[in-house]
Amino acid sequence: MAAAATAAEIPAAHDTVSAKILRGVAKAPLNIILITVGLLWLVPTLGLFITSILPQSALASHGWWQIFSHPSLATFSNYRNLFHNAGLVTALKTTAYIAVSNTLLVVILGAMAGYAFAWLEFPGRDWLFIGVIALLVIPLQMALIPMFRLYDTFGLFDTWYGISLFHVAFGLPFAIFLLRNFFVGLPKDILESARIDGANEIVIFLRLILPLGLPAIASLAIFQFLWTWNDLLVALTFGQNTTPITVWISGQLREFGSSIDIIAPASFISLIVPLLVFFAFQRYFVQGLLAGSVK
Amino acid sequence: MSAGGITAEPPVAAAPPASGGEGKLGRYLMVLVFLGPALFMLTVWMVYPAVYTIVRSFFGPTGFFGHWAGVSNYEQLWKDHNLRTAVKNNILWVAIVPAFVVAVGLIFAVLTERVRWSVAFKTVVFVPMAISAFATGVTWRILYDQSPSTGAINALGRVVSDAVSPPGVLPSALPSTPTLQQQSNGALLLRTPLHPGDVARLGLTAIAPTDLPKSAVQAVDPAAKQGDIVGVVWRDFKPGGGKPGVVEKGELGLPGVTVELRSSGGKVVQSATSQANGTFDFTNVPAGTYQTAVGAKTFAKSFGGYAWLGPTLITASLMIAYIWIWAGFAMVVIAAGLASMPRDVLEAARTDGASELQIFRRVTMPLLAPILSVVFVTMIINVLKVFDIVYALAPESTQQNANVIALAMFNTAFAGGGNFGVGSAIAVFLFLLVIPVLALNVRRFKRDV
Repeated sequence: MAAAATAAEIPAAHDTVSAKILRGVAKAPLNIILITVGLLWLVPTLGLFITSILPQSALASHGWWQIFSHPSLATFSNYRNLFHNAGLVTALKTTAYIAVSNTLLVVILGAMAGYAFAWLEFPGRDWLFIGVIALLVIPLQMALIPMFRLYDTFGLFDTWYGISLFHVAFGLPFAIFLLRNFFVGLPKDILESARIDGANEIVIFLRLILPLGLPAIASLAIFQFLWTWNDLLVALTFGQNTTPITVWISGQLREFGSSIDIIAPASFISLIVPLLVFFAFQRYFVQGLLAGSVK
Repeated sequence: MSAGGITAEPPVAAAPPASGGEGKLGRYLMVLVFLGPALFMLTVWMVYPAVYTIVRSFFGPTGFFGHWAGVSNYEQLWKDHNLRTAVKNNILWVAIVPAFVVAVGLIFAVLTERVRWSVAFKTVVFVPMAISAFATGVTWRILYDQSPSTGAINALGRVVSDAVSPPGVLPSALPSTPTLQQQSNGALLLRTPLHPGDVARLGLTAIAPTDLPKSAVQAVDPAAKQGDIVGVVWRDFKPGGGKPGVVEKGELGLPGVTVELRSSGGKVVQSATSQANGTFDFTNVPAGTYQTAVGAKTFAKSFGGYAWLGPTLITASLMIAYIWIWAGFAMVVIAAGLASMPRDVLEAARTDGASELQIFRRVTMPLLAPILSVVFVTMIINVLKVFDIVYALAPESTQQNANVIALAMFNTAFAGGGNFGVGSAIAVFLFLLVIPVLALNVRRFKRDV
């Protein structure tokens, strides 16, 4: 039987080898095109990185790509100077405070509300949820002027928590939408048997919903973190001396050419964290993206 | 699964929690606990401000009382020069960018399906999504630098342009005497009429020593030849000056220059290339009157670089950078749609003998249409609100040319503008633009329920 199988396989294998080669040849142009496009897509980020390790003096007359013929131009002094720059270090800390705190709050509040919309019965639930969906598309420009005044009155202007809370509010509609839809899909009998066992809603939420909802929660957290780490507009409006890194760099933009030895490395530092988060949790990121747009 | 003594209610036979023993009040309290914090945030940070902004948009720049402005704030949207630019630009953004993003995303998604390393490709194209639009702005500002020696895109442009039309041997040369006249296309025409047996002297100056061809030697004033028109192109300058229009010792011939012989009607009848000593020879010229000229190609300048960040190109440059960011998003969403395509339908079409192109047009595209429209609509919203990249990429000098609604709103209300009335009106205008999408979202939810 084994011999028969082998005999039958030989011509087949032969066939696939030649077919494979043929297919490989046919696909060569496609591969070349895609490799070219992929490299092109990498160039901007690579250019930023190389610019960030070139001294100001070299950049005035050399393009960053000339580092390949003059590798000795590379220096890490830009980065060294930057880490001795109190402004940048503070800005990085502020960015981290804002991004971490608002992500935590959005996840907690969003999960609680999502659970209520998915599994608690109350009159007007669907209408309230439609209201939340409607809020999804409110441009944050609609809130800048009134909140600017309100923040001024309540002492939230120019504080990291003021900026963070703004992000929480504008992150919540998507958070509730995403988590409610995920929670609704959880198996009903698990929840009901827990209720029959006499578990209270808070216990169900903590012991059942949160662990089961982890994939959706992870997607949401990554989204919210990246979104707020990368924010410019909100921090530009509500920060003055307390600013995250994007706003701090934007203060240097006026002198783009002569401050490039600060702007380029600072920009690169600002994108390292989102990049690491993205690569570590890529799967969740894409899942969240699909849930947000295709659903 | 007893909940550690937190509750002591008896198990209920009927499953729905509505019939639990806590009573209505207890259940609503629970709803309040779960929903209250989020609703509080949404009310204070979104609902109240939205109402406030709508009302505020009908009042003057500084306050409510006694500052009723009617719709005059909205009129600024087309009366004010900067705001009009912003609205116009945003229309361009909406008209161009979403379509491009969907098209690029679709092409990438379809192509990557056919290679083994699709994950690597998708990751590379998707990475810009993780980076802030602000950092992207900085990144592309470096690439768009106008000088071809420091801006990567213009450097590439120079390579291509030099290959297609090489720069002339003497990009900076000028005539040494007024007998040579510059023509509109850049050629230098010797005004003296020539007949067979004459000598043409084409003296040039303003040639940097570094631009001198390496092979150049002492220029020679050629002897007249019967039936030919001969001549010399030379650097009519030597250290100390020299006499214009006369070939002197110490003055170099200019080799490699294309010289044209033109008939009296201006038609080029012959062309010749100068020797190392600058001489050239048009042989066997029939009797008649002619003119000579140094061809425009000799003076062709090297590519100087496009002003990507200048007033004309800035919006196009921004769009390119923006498509670079969002193509990955479209690709990933569309690829997921392709992956969830019902395989049996595709197989059936294949068995029926449909070609790949037919399958794509008749089967794949219709099935993919809802996903494409979702990406398209998402991009319209994103593009309506575009801000960061304009702020970071457009230099201050051209930021008004690149203006968009969100940027205009920020600059009008904050950043020294201080006009909350018009600022509110712009915000409401933006809101009105996205309302159709809001309706779409709600409809989709209702359908799902």
